[in-house]
Amino acid sequence: MQPKSDIAPSDITPRGVFESRRDFIKKAGLGLVVSAATMLNSPIMAATQSNTRLPSRKLKSISTAYGRGEKLTSYEDVTSYNNFYEFGSDKSEPAVNAKLFKPQPWTITVEGEVRKNKSIAIEDLLRLAPLEERIYRMRCVEGWSMVIPWIGLPLYELIKWAEPNSNAKYLEFVSLHDKQQMPGQNLPLLDWPYTEGLRMDEAMNPLTLLAVGLYGEVLPNQNGAPLRLVVPWKYGFKGAKSIVSIRFTEKQPVSSWMKVAPREYGFFANVNPNVDHPRWSQSTERRIGTGLFASRIKTQMFNGYAEQVAHMYTGLDLSKYF
Amino acid sequence: MLSLYRIPAIIYTQLSNKAVIFTLALMPFLRLVYLAMHNQLTAHPIEYIEHSTGFWSLAFLMLTLSLTPMRLLFKTTRQMRLRRMLGMFVFFYATLHVLAYVWLDYAFSYDEIIKDVIKHPRIWVGLIAFTLLLPLAATSNHVSIKRLGANWLKLHKVVYLIAILAVIHFWMLVKRDITEPISFAIVLFLLLAIRLFFKFIAMRRKQR
Repeated sequence: MQPKSDIAPSDITPRGVFESRRDFIKKAGLGLVVSAATMLNSPIMAATQSNTRLPSRKLKSISTAYGRGEKLTSYEDVTSYNNFYEFGSDKSEPAVNAKLFKPQPWTITVEGEVRKNKSIAIEDLLRLAPLEERIYRMRCVEGWSMVIPWIGLPLYELIKWAEPNSNAKYLEFVSLHDKQQMPGQNLPLLDWPYTEGLRMDEAMNPLTLLAVGLYGEVLPNQNGAPLRLVVPWKYGFKGAKSIVSIRFTEKQPVSSWMKVAPREYGFFANVNPNVDHPRWSQSTERRIGTGLFASRIKTQMFNGYAEQVAHMYTGLDLSKYF
Repeated sequence: MLSLYRIPAIIYTQLSNKAVIFTLALMPFLRLVYLAMHNQLTAHPIEYIEHSTGFWSLAFLMLTLSLTPMRLLFKTTRQMRLRRMLGMFVFFYATLHVLAYVWLDYAFSYDEIIKDVIKHPRIWVGLIAFTLLLPLAATSNHVSIKRLGANWLKLHKVVYLIAILAVIHFWMLVKRDITEPISFAIVLFLLLAIRLFFKFIAMRRKQR
């Protein structure tokens, strides 16, 4: 007599499912091995191997004469003292809150007054022109400054690729808007996403840089990874970070800071020791990293880049168009 | 034997112990000294010292102003003995705050400082508050209390104006995230409102 099975036919896994399940387990196992292997090469592993630097990859670039001989602000200070409200309003917060930010994959769209709206992946953008290392002074509207060795390409290279039409008079830069990744955007500190703007001639100026790295590495997240604007003759807030879109416009765009405090922040925001901010003196500045007893230094017109940029503003009343 | 129900009373007694409070009140200063010695005052140490001493002088000002509301609400008086000491800590941290600005930030270059003061309301509001604090600190002793008599009380009412100016001074500094100054403003409003409420009650009682 055959013993009665207590397994109902419906409980038996069909052969097909059974086999696909094995296949899945095999693949999953393989996946684990692969991901473990990539982990060895990944920034996370790099971070555990050396805890002096943030997870990052080396970035090759050609050296240039820009800022040669300037004393650099330390990597530590450049990456721990950041105004990046998307990751918190205190300057120590971005270095902590941006740790889990994913700057890859990333695409940048160009829109508006262009021949055709299009987008470009960050990897392709890096191939538009050879990457250059440029040492620029950065002057914050709050009265402090740094000297940073950026890596990037001139913005005009991207503009050429974007093919703006004859209506394009201004550029508007739009940063990422993603509350999941950018906790600071849960607070109504600014009208998110962060936007900034430049006039076409300013954007085409050879000094204007699209930075993708600093200190020989890809941009740390808290410094605006994977792509940010650097306009060294303007106050730091003009340098939009984590840019996702560039709009070519006919009318002058209104930036995030102009929206919340039009009396304090103008469109041009050129560094100017003669035009004071309602809260901060702009005639002097404090260079970060010079210690407790160092004296303030004199702020230079256009942050010392007058030779390259002053011609763009002849005839413009800089105290009115601040 | 220690009974658990006595713990709140013990905490209260200890918190009105001058030596305990003195030690606690010195902690923000010792912390700054420690951080300075270990080079950990952030990338912008002067700004950090300015903000920290400013925060703590404001915090001690709020504590000083909370002693009377505590008496009015809970009918406790032990904490009143801390008033002068806490007031002197307000002065201590405010002095460090002004020193950090005048010495560390501007290296005593008075022409620069005068320019900064005149041009920026934030600075002159703070400077007025500090100037008003000076006579209060100078008269925080028995001799002055005796000599000034009823005028001493009148003089020390200036502390309310100082508190309002100090909160405005902080508010004007902050660019966008006003969480901290608004918290101080709410606390100050409550501390003053409690006083006014009890004054109002007392007046009603007199009228009857």
